[in-house]
Amino acid sequence: MFYVILFLLNPGKIYFSLQIALHIFIQITPVIISVIILMGILNYILKPKTVIKHLGEESGVKGWLLAISFGILSHGSIYVWYPLLKELHEHGMRTGLLAAFLYNRAVKIPLLPLMIFYFGIPFVALLTFYTTVASVVEGKILELIEHMFVGREEEKIV
Amino acid sequence: MNKEEVDGRAKRFANAFYRAFKSFLSALQVITGVVLLLGLFKTFVTPGIITSIFTGEPFRDTLVGSMLGSILTGNPITSYIIGGELLDDGVSLFAVTAFIMSWVTVGITQLPAEALFLGKRFAFARNALSFVLAIVVAVATVLTLGAIT
Repeated sequence: MFYVILFLLNPGKIYFSLQIALHIFIQITPVIISVIILMGILNYILKPKTVIKHLGEESGVKGWLLAISFGILSHGSIYVWYPLLKELHEHGMRTGLLAAFLYNRAVKIPLLPLMIFYFGIPFVALLTFYTTVASVVEGKILELIEHMFVGREEEKIV
Repeated sequence: MNKEEVDGRAKRFANAFYRAFKSFLSALQVITGVVLLLGLFKTFVTPGIITSIFTGEPFRDTLVGSMLGSILTGNPITSYIIGGELLDDGVSLFAVTAFIMSWVTVGITQLPAEALFLGKRFAFARNALSFVLAIVVAVATVLTLGAIT
């Protein structure tokens, strides 16, 4: 809809935005393929029991470390990962770990040299440290919110 | 392993990939919407427009940095380059840090897609918290940096 209205006002710029969108699509295609493969493999090997064991309510520190590591190591645009995260959540991955995964995507190992070039090693080291801490804080707060809502819904049912 | 077991596994494997492909196909419509929106953003919001929004007042600029980073999106490299330009223009490190943090952790453009897949409550709460935490992380990083250097 935006595109149609803006096309009538400025066709040149809209043509340019479509070119950018196409370029983004070409860039994310390898990630899309790898996510589909990863989802297929996970569908095959992962059972709800396994997810609950490693990323569920009882996963403890290991669960947080796994979510943080996967978040740091994951590549590509964030929205490409939503379907996979949805499936993991449905299999029993806890909400806090979901948030920690998403937050730690702020730490990009291949881009660290560029970040160091602009901001220096001490800044990048501190930012990385505070980012991982903040990811756990965010995950814990989101779980508290979730429990609050679940509690209220249970009260209503009773 | 007998032939039946092998056939069963192959069938399960094919089924797992079919389900993954089908699930992704339904997500493709949302992803296309996000990508088209990104195309518009990149065309109409230039680095010059971004730099002109900052005023030089650190507290206000930190808030503006976090807000801008939340609205804008794209490759983190772009945020580093814009961040570097902003620093050269005299914008405070608090504001630039909040900007690059919210650029990756908050996604207004992706919010509808996130809400669709992970739930409205989760998506809104996560993005709101990430907005606040971008400011907290920026303040903590710059203050610690000031203390150790």
